[in-house]
Amino acid sequence: MTRHELHALIHGEKARVAEQGKKMKIAVCCGAGCISSGSEEVLKKLQQEIAARGLQNEVEIIPTGCMGPCNQGPLVKFLPDYTMYQKVDCENIQQVVESQLIKKEPLESLMLFNDSRDKPFTDAREDPFYKRQLKVALRDCGDVNPESLEEYLLYEGYKALDKVLFEMTPEEVIAEVKQSRIRGRGGAGYPTGLKWETVYKYVSPQKYVICNGDEGDPGAFMDRSVLEGNPHRLLEGMAIAGYAIGASKGYAYIRGEYPLAIKRIELAIKQARKLGLLGNNILGTEFSFDIEVRIGAGAFVCGEETALIASIEGKRGTPSPRPPYPAESGLWGKPTLINNVETLASIAPIILQGGEWYSDIGTPKSAGTKVFALAGKIKYSGLIEVPMGTTLREVVFDIGGGMQGDAEFKAAQTGGPSGGCIPASHLDVKLDYESLTALGSIMGSGGLIVMDTNSDMVDVARYFMEFCMDESCGKCVPCRVGTKMMHDILQKICDNEASVLDVERLEELAIYVKEASLCGLGGSAPNPLLSTLRHFRHEYDEKVTTEREWV
Amino acid sequence: MKKGAHTAELPAADPRVKLIAAKMKKEHYRPDALIEVLHTAQSAYGYLPLPVLAYIAKMLKLPPARVYSTVTFYHFFSLKSKGEHTCLVCTGTACYVKGAKAILDELEKLFGLHAGQVTPDDKLGVQTARCIGACGLAPAVVVDEEVLGKVLPGAVVEKINSKLEAV
Repeated sequence: MTRHELHALIHGEKARVAEQGKKMKIAVCCGAGCISSGSEEVLKKLQQEIAARGLQNEVEIIPTGCMGPCNQGPLVKFLPDYTMYQKVDCENIQQVVESQLIKKEPLESLMLFNDSRDKPFTDAREDPFYKRQLKVALRDCGDVNPESLEEYLLYEGYKALDKVLFEMTPEEVIAEVKQSRIRGRGGAGYPTGLKWETVYKYVSPQKYVICNGDEGDPGAFMDRSVLEGNPHRLLEGMAIAGYAIGASKGYAYIRGEYPLAIKRIELAIKQARKLGLLGNNILGTEFSFDIEVRIGAGAFVCGEETALIASIEGKRGTPSPRPPYPAESGLWGKPTLINNVETLASIAPIILQGGEWYSDIGTPKSAGTKVFALAGKIKYSGLIEVPMGTTLREVVFDIGGGMQGDAEFKAAQTGGPSGGCIPASHLDVKLDYESLTALGSIMGSGGLIVMDTNSDMVDVARYFMEFCMDESCGKCVPCRVGTKMMHDILQKICDNEASVLDVERLEELAIYVKEASLCGLGGSAPNPLLSTLRHFRHEYDEKVTTEREWV
Repeated sequence: MKKGAHTAELPAADPRVKLIAAKMKKEHYRPDALIEVLHTAQSAYGYLPLPVLAYIAKMLKLPPARVYSTVTFYHFFSLKSKGEHTCLVCTGTACYVKGAKAILDELEKLFGLHAGQVTPDDKLGVQTARCIGACGLAPAVVVDEEVLGKVLPGAVVEKINSKLEAV
């Protein structure tokens, strides 16, 4: 397909939609959370209901990706009004349709957040849950049908790729990304533009783009939601990256635990190939780029870039020492760009609205927005995207609706097994790379788990250490042996069999493992331990005897 | 790998073998497609029997040890049957904070199974997952293909019993 044909197609789609004159669109959330709550049955029932009432010419029903407040699901949204309903099932969907479409007034008793607001908002975007958010990576997720390329085109789909191919040189694309100051959203926060430029500078007939979708942190489901909710946005980001660095081949490495995400991304690739948005001579230009899916097989360490590369090559996913960095010698020894799903999903908006626009969002050192997966003892768990620098208090109490029931906030855990805990005294911390690091936690990939006073922080540290011990690949000694030793001591403390000497030994070990491990897994494994020791040391002290002898 | 495993012949007419053969052909017998092929084999058999590994090693021209070491590295692959019915308990942080352990304790009490174990009659297997990404529905359990969100131990047991009785 040429550029001209693409524009004609988009024009035709717009005309078709206008001609159909469907005034209303009903979106049913078919993200993994809502599907588990039964949204697919609701979707079927809704279709029958609309057909039975003879409304099929006026109303279009679409399945979408994640809409946000997962534990309120199944969620149904009426567009263009943005009236949303929660906990919809096959029975009450009839009432919703009756009220919303026939009586033309919203059914308050089922509206989203009706249980917590005096009067729920008819336009859900007015609710603090959405109002405080700013969606860039998640833009259109929850509005667009993830299984339709035509619909993605109506949401400015592939417009950024079009712009890049015809109006920008690779150098200009890289300059734009650099100007946006976006940093890698996988956790480490390396400046994305700089990474692109480094790979661009290496001369090689073959380069690769890898999308890291091996979202291994327990309690994190940001990437999953992007993959399920708007897979074409990711493909577009990968193709733009390929154009910028001079790669013709991309791999999307997705966790095996995410079957729906794999299905949707594979479908999206097929659709894009059919229209010539992937493959040879994209839009009639010299640029060729194709993407293959690689399914992960359940190894946390494969989120580390060198381990991920080994896994794509069909080997055990063990990391290798760096340098050489993948930018110089990555997949099959060729220069390779590895970016996280969320980073790549933010590229198309940056190209369309400009790097300057993006860099104005957030804080001076952490630009843009970040997606967080809220979970734990919080009222509204789910997926949110906020500007960097939003405080933890705003996220937990304004967006998340506060604690569940009468639970009392004790700590929030960020960064999963590589991160740490933020205690109640630091609720006003700004969520950005620097502030979280200063508190001994990390931004991480975006999992944010809220704990109440029932959570035992030593046990939380033990839980994460057990995780790292299980997931250590065994290649280097500090990580393989160190995580086991630290876990055993933590277990001993939890069993009230340890002395104060054990805690000292633990601190000593933590430093060794942190400094001496080969890759990020071992390097960050002591973080949850060190962070709980820093903020909740009294809980350790309560569990150990003060005798300075080994017990 | 057990001695002699590599000499075992697989029945070519077995539809499961055909599936694996088709996958390898599609991947042009490239050694780096090993993990993809193993995914196909595991979904066909439910686990990875040793003769199947030997067959894959031969076809992809890989040393059997390479195949075996790759299989044992990844949690997703299993050398033994996972049971006719499976109960997968998510032990991600959100589920852990919200009571995944109570569910595992109940399963151990009632069925005598720890994570990774299968009943002697191969009817039920219990597994754990690092995180299935359904944190909004914590604690989450997957019985066969069905995700149960915000579940209590009793409801999990009820679900399992209904699956076991249905046979």
